[in-house]
Amino acid sequence: MSELHAETVAFVRDTMLPPALPPARQRGVTLWLRENLFSGPLNTVLTLLGLAAVWFIVSHLWPWFANSVWNASSMAECRAAVAAKAGEDATGACFGVIRERWNQFIYGFYPSALYWRPTIVFGLMLFAVAPVLFSESRGLRWAVLGFAAVASFAAAVAVGIPPRAALITGGVFVLWAALIEYAPRRALVLSLLFPFLAVWLLWGGSVWPVVSALAGFVLGGVVWRLAARLGLGLLAVALGIAATVAWWLWLGPDAAADLHAMLPVALDRVESRSFGGFLLALTIGVSGIVMSLPLGIILALARQSDMPVVKSLAVMFIEFIRGVPLITLLFVASILLNYFLPPGTNFDIILRVIIMVTLFASAYMAEVIRGGLAALPRGQYEAADSLGLDYWKAQRLIILPQALKISIPGIVGTFIGMFKDTTLVTFVGLFDPLKQMADTIRATFEWKGAYWEPYVFTGTIFFIICFAMSRYAMYLEQRLKRDHR
Amino acid sequence: MTQTDLHPSAAADPGQTAVLIERMNKWYGSFHVLRDIDLSVRKGERIVIAGPSGSGKSTLIRCINRLEEHQSGRIVVDGIELTNDLKNIDKVRSEVGMVFQHFNLFPHLTVLENCTLAPIWVRKLPRREAEETAMHFLREVRIPDQAHKYPGQLSGGQQQRVAIARSLCMRPKIMLFDEPTSALDPEMIKEVLDTMIELAESGMTMLCVTHEMGFAQAVADRVIFMNQGQIVEQNTPSEFFNNPKSERTKLFLSQILGH
Repeated sequence: MSELHAETVAFVRDTMLPPALPPARQRGVTLWLRENLFSGPLNTVLTLLGLAAVWFIVSHLWPWFANSVWNASSMAECRAAVAAKAGEDATGACFGVIRERWNQFIYGFYPSALYWRPTIVFGLMLFAVAPVLFSESRGLRWAVLGFAAVASFAAAVAVGIPPRAALITGGVFVLWAALIEYAPRRALVLSLLFPFLAVWLLWGGSVWPVVSALAGFVLGGVVWRLAARLGLGLLAVALGIAATVAWWLWLGPDAAADLHAMLPVALDRVESRSFGGFLLALTIGVSGIVMSLPLGIILALARQSDMPVVKSLAVMFIEFIRGVPLITLLFVASILLNYFLPPGTNFDIILRVIIMVTLFASAYMAEVIRGGLAALPRGQYEAADSLGLDYWKAQRLIILPQALKISIPGIVGTFIGMFKDTTLVTFVGLFDPLKQMADTIRATFEWKGAYWEPYVFTGTIFFIICFAMSRYAMYLEQRLKRDHR
Repeated sequence: MTQTDLHPSAAADPGQTAVLIERMNKWYGSFHVLRDIDLSVRKGERIVIAGPSGSGKSTLIRCINRLEEHQSGRIVVDGIELTNDLKNIDKVRSEVGMVFQHFNLFPHLTVLENCTLAPIWVRKLPRREAEETAMHFLREVRIPDQAHKYPGQLSGGQQQRVAIARSLCMRPKIMLFDEPTSALDPEMIKEVLDTMIELAESGMTMLCVTHEMGFAQAVADRVIFMNQGQIVEQNTPSEFFNNPKSERTKLFLSQILGH
């Protein structure tokens, strides 16, 4: 046969060849090792150097972890225990500081009798986000809900939740989970209400100012819808915002005071200066994340706009914010803002910081999303236009779903960066978990000299949270993949 | 020379006119892309626009649904003049379907969602009704079984047929085709052309920019030949192909049909 078709031009294949496995050296572990670690002299040397570096680091760190002491109530006691265990010159971690002071790393100076409130808020937060983040996977949604309910409830009991609050909390968890299961769209309303509930639980005080703030949003929304029905377009949005602000400034406070006089519902008040540790980092980080995404989208669209005024305002805002270090903005928030506001206004420090962090992150977010918008082929805009979709519908249904999907890695990168940047609030005197809280603990006589342990502990928690965000982004990208299935 | 004298179909009756273009000019910067275009299209008329690349034929049909803005002259589509009024533009666009060279399907939506999106959000049809319409047109283009796939899973020819179905779901009065087969493999061109021929036979007003001269001969009422932003010649297909008048047309035809 082979001689035949070597001589003739005509050839017809009568049997198709089945696919075969590659030779042994070309598959499996050997192939992987050869290709990835030892594919040439240079790569072999680099692999060996890498292994040596790993060995060097691990061999130095290992004793420190292996000789660690958890049961100690002061640095001196801890050092004695390490010496007794591993000899005079041995190094060993004093995780006793974490065991003794873990509550301050988590809650700062939040009153210890009220630790259960932030704990429950953390669980409720997962309830609020689970139906949004895992809308298409019932299994994952239930895993998150189960973890949130069990972990936060158990932790709240451990930190001493009063029985009546425990009963209410348990009921809320069960009812909310049922709502997510049977009426997922209605459950999203609860997700929107969560921030208000969280503010009340975290700061306490009367419930009515919070309800009044919520009422301001609802009023603004109603005004906007009514005005939009009259065909006022962008003016309707402005009217809605004006109605909300007017309510907050003039009518809201009085209404809240009156209602409180009639029906006092209140929790013990906790001041912002008592917040600290991861409670503070998460409060600022989560608020910033949730608010900077929509703001970033609006800024990105404004920067792409055909309207010169809108566009130049967006450009100026983005370039100004990106050109200034975050710490500058935080100083503005803590010191300068008070000069500009009318005397007597007491604008909460955490709220001020949240606003600045949000503005800062939204400028970066806008640029990330602009990249996604620019990556879409012109044809998508043209197809949307040619079907008669107006600008907002085209953006919402066609452009943004695709642009945001392209931008997921950048968006999550911004989120992670921003969450870690919340530690910078140390410069305006708030008790961030990494520096201020650790310094405060080191300032006590017992824990003088505990440098590495707090960093390792807070670093680990930051890593877990940031790594979770990064994995979620990968999951989301996989879920939204539409091309090769 | 004025085109209106040359061809028989510039009917004076405005009720029968689908598209009316009068002395329309367009520039890209200082480049004069379309020069003094006069064109009137009767309802139900099928027009093929041919010409060398860069002659302005795509720009011309993109002006009809305002994907491109013209700088002087008038364009009246289905009785509505295209001006800067956004409401009018959206109205015209919802009456005029467009099929693109590169399909431009929405990759994040299924075939069915591609077809129901505009009827639901622009025409305000109930979802159910929109889905029935969509399935009807997907059957017409013979791909109802792909309704729940994503565009990325379909071949080019299938994607283009979905794009045609997506436009038809808006029940347009006029269909514009911008080189619908130019990005397709030869094997797939036929399936798209067959769909277009069926559509032409159903009485749809069509303006097609295409190099498929066989299609022009089979269904067109009129062939328009453009060069350098101007309409150089227009005639019935048989006259146009067998008896071209202008030198440029003869050259074009000899090159396109000569191989």
